[in-house]
Amino acid sequence: MSDKGIGASSKRREDVRFLSGNGKYTDDINVRGQKYVYFLRSDLAHGKINGIDTGEAASMPGVTGIFTGEDFAEVGGLPCGWQVTDRFGEAMKEPAHPVLAQGKVRHVGDPIAAVVADSLEQARDAAEAINVDMEELPAVIDMKSAVAGGTLVHDELETNLCYDWGFVEENKEAVDEAIKNAHHVTTLELVNNRLIPNAMEPRVAIGDYDASNDESTLYTTSQNPHVIRLLMGAFVLQIPEHKLRVVAPDVGGGFGSKIFHYAEEAFCTLAARKLRVPVKWTASRSEAFISDAHGRDHVTKIELALDGNGMFQAIRTDTYANMGAYLSTFSTSVPTWLHGTLMAGNYKTPLIYVNVKAVFTNTVPVDAYRGAGRPEATFQLERVIDKAARELGMDPIEIRRKNFIQKDEFPYATPVALEYDTGDYVATMDKLQEIADLDGFEARASESRKKGLLRGLGINCYIEACGIAPSNLVGMLGARAGLYESATVRVNATGSITVMTGCHSHGQGHETTFPQVIADMIGISEDQVHIQHGDTSNTPMGMGTYGSRSIAVGGAAMVRATEKIIAKAKKIAAHLMEASAEDIELKDGSFSVVGTDKSVGWGDVCLTAYVPHNYPLDQLEPGLEETAFYDPANFTFPAGAYACEVEVDPETGKVDICSFAATDDFGNVINPMVVDGQVHGGIAQGVGQALREHAVYNEDGQLVSGTYMDYSMPRADDLPSFVVDHSCQTPCTHNPLGVKGCGEAGAIGSPPAVVNAVLDALNKGGYNVSHIDMPLSPSRVWSAING
Amino acid sequence: MATVTMTVNGKSVSGEVEGRTLLSDFVRNNLNLTGTHIGCDTSQCGACVVHVNGKAVKSCTMFALEAEGSSVTTIEGMANPDGSLGTVQQAFQDNHGLQCGFCTPGMVMSAAALLEENPNPTETEIREYLEGNICRCTGYHNIVKSIQAAAAAA
Repeated sequence: MSDKGIGASSKRREDVRFLSGNGKYTDDINVRGQKYVYFLRSDLAHGKINGIDTGEAASMPGVTGIFTGEDFAEVGGLPCGWQVTDRFGEAMKEPAHPVLAQGKVRHVGDPIAAVVADSLEQARDAAEAINVDMEELPAVIDMKSAVAGGTLVHDELETNLCYDWGFVEENKEAVDEAIKNAHHVTTLELVNNRLIPNAMEPRVAIGDYDASNDESTLYTTSQNPHVIRLLMGAFVLQIPEHKLRVVAPDVGGGFGSKIFHYAEEAFCTLAARKLRVPVKWTASRSEAFISDAHGRDHVTKIELALDGNGMFQAIRTDTYANMGAYLSTFSTSVPTWLHGTLMAGNYKTPLIYVNVKAVFTNTVPVDAYRGAGRPEATFQLERVIDKAARELGMDPIEIRRKNFIQKDEFPYATPVALEYDTGDYVATMDKLQEIADLDGFEARASESRKKGLLRGLGINCYIEACGIAPSNLVGMLGARAGLYESATVRVNATGSITVMTGCHSHGQGHETTFPQVIADMIGISEDQVHIQHGDTSNTPMGMGTYGSRSIAVGGAAMVRATEKIIAKAKKIAAHLMEASAEDIELKDGSFSVVGTDKSVGWGDVCLTAYVPHNYPLDQLEPGLEETAFYDPANFTFPAGAYACEVEVDPETGKVDICSFAATDDFGNVINPMVVDGQVHGGIAQGVGQALREHAVYNEDGQLVSGTYMDYSMPRADDLPSFVVDHSCQTPCTHNPLGVKGCGEAGAIGSPPAVVNAVLDALNKGGYNVSHIDMPLSPSRVWSAING
Repeated sequence: MATVTMTVNGKSVSGEVEGRTLLSDFVRNNLNLTGTHIGCDTSQCGACVVHVNGKAVKSCTMFALEAEGSSVTTIEGMANPDGSLGTVQQAFQDNHGLQCGFCTPGMVMSAAALLEENPNPTETEIREYLEGNICRCTGYHNIVKSIQAAAAAA
């Protein structure tokens, strides 16, 4: 392992400010003269607004302005960034998504009005004095009832079905036929439970307007400030980019929930322009629960057809995907292109057909949450494989091994449109069996039995697709954005480097890991490289950080820009040494003429570029700064195998995670310590989904699990230490670093491992239970045991 | 409004607060010590933990006026006198005990209080002590490791 550069576990430089209380999160920003915003939100899931009386509220102390939907009637709604085309060639249903409710509220938390006042307390007090004449309408919560008809979330659509998507539609008949004629078909109906992302930093938006130059600034908790600038500027408020700056400073976790353009961002930006004062909104956690986009929420039936040898013949799935009340930014892509395309998993199933019905309900919008579609695909596939193994009396590892795509079969084209470039699923499974000490399971199970506990082992594999691209392909699939990434590498006169990236770090450690790459390429120390991100005014247009794309796409852009830098620097060095640029070699921060003892240092070349006295000005511009935009040729395909061991108390149904082991193939790894940390966090979120977390709506559309008292976040004493390994590396073939991305793997791979383990424990303990829906709370497990 | 006076990170401070002003808001808004974070509104997350008279307290569970005359330490007061990271802080950096950094001040303050009470905690004791601090990024693995390292370094 290296001690510097690529492969080194360099300590994170950003930690110093976070650990000393000097982090600068959005709520830490206060603009002189700022006012405070409080949103009056609907406490009904569905209602008709007959009138809003703001008279009394407007006269209350400290109130600067009160806004309702009428004030936003002229601006655009919040746009959806991905248009899905249904099975019949029709565009999805795309209802308006107003900044403030227009005529109707459609979920608990839907903003009705906003008060701007001198203090938050005054704004809140005034909001309580707003009189809303609301007529309650029946709420549509259950997806299948919503599709059946009756109450409509959006009256003008005449249906609650957003789209009915089939993939690959041409495969449908062949899949139906294969399932009809199969030796064995395993069927599983399951729920992928609705989750709330719960980044620890609640969302914040501060709008500021500078009348001297007609410029707006939005400070916001975003994973992608350029995307927010484009969506909000072009589609909502009609503010051109050169008059709109979006700043996302330190951001306290995102997990997808801070990708999307939210109403509060548009509100604060416009209110600041209208009132000519800075306005600040900070979400309370209770508000976050009912206004941050939720995740998952699929109801699925999957059928797996097998031959007499346990070889997979066909897969057919039928999924209802909850969109919530409005289409959040990337909501429509999650159950389709990020889910259907992953249904082949790590296996050679020749025929696959996926049907997804996306449904409007009177709930908070649902969008990408860590893994986004890929956890839903992996969960159903790995659960149905386990069920098939049990039905056929096969070992769950053996059935997977039999069906693996083999190492020599890459590149491998799946029947669901992806081409996996590299992988070695046998190697990751071999490694898993070693690090999880699977041979010792029986002895451990025997110890558990002595305590009256049932021990189970859950195994599963996963594949994910990261760095979604290329832009022209995703455009054909309905994306209304490009998915390139950018970097400007600015070499300063004395040789230090500032990299301006369109990616955004909100926990991933880019400020440390990106410099490792450049330090390696040039041969200078990492601390000479500074990463700048999060401000549209000083970074090139980039798409931000999500989908495990930063190193694979943003890192590649940085490499390309640095290659341009090196090529130019070699010309300068060649001039200084009176040699040909082709003969110049860069090593350890020094340029030398191959085959001679002539050399010139990195610093000298940089200084020459900016003090071009001895310089070929007729052939070369001064300065040393380059930009690259990188648009990948394909996704990357991290993959791995996970093992979870649990103990189940049959008396209470309580599940304890005894151990969790993960082997991941991320291709090349820049910083192993950071990668381990990403996997740990992903596993914790996946275990949380499997055992604890659930956003529960009652039939009236009230969010029952709306605080940390009710929504069970995994805590330190709910989890074990993890065993993780990423030594199996099949580098990506189409990006310059050979990297695949590691941000979501843990959350994708862990839920089926946990559920498979619990079912293994129950079945080995003599309880014939074929499935329990997540979260596997004690009451659900106890009920399954007790029939 | 009333005046409250206390010692924060060794300095005497005072400010005008309402009766309903929480200690967490006083520290952030009046003193501009923004290292103390607010992650929830039900006293569950622990991002706002500070030390009041040597004990770890969620600063959102106290009114500022209740801290009258107290000695309060926030994350900004945890560095060594020369400004370098203190033992617990350094252990978190060395062991990648943080990612986004938002829960981190509360984690460090809780960890320091734990080590004050129990200089050599077991993994189980560490995990149980951190029950009131939620981290969404790390899965706690490296937080536990950091605290073990801090215990060994002390």
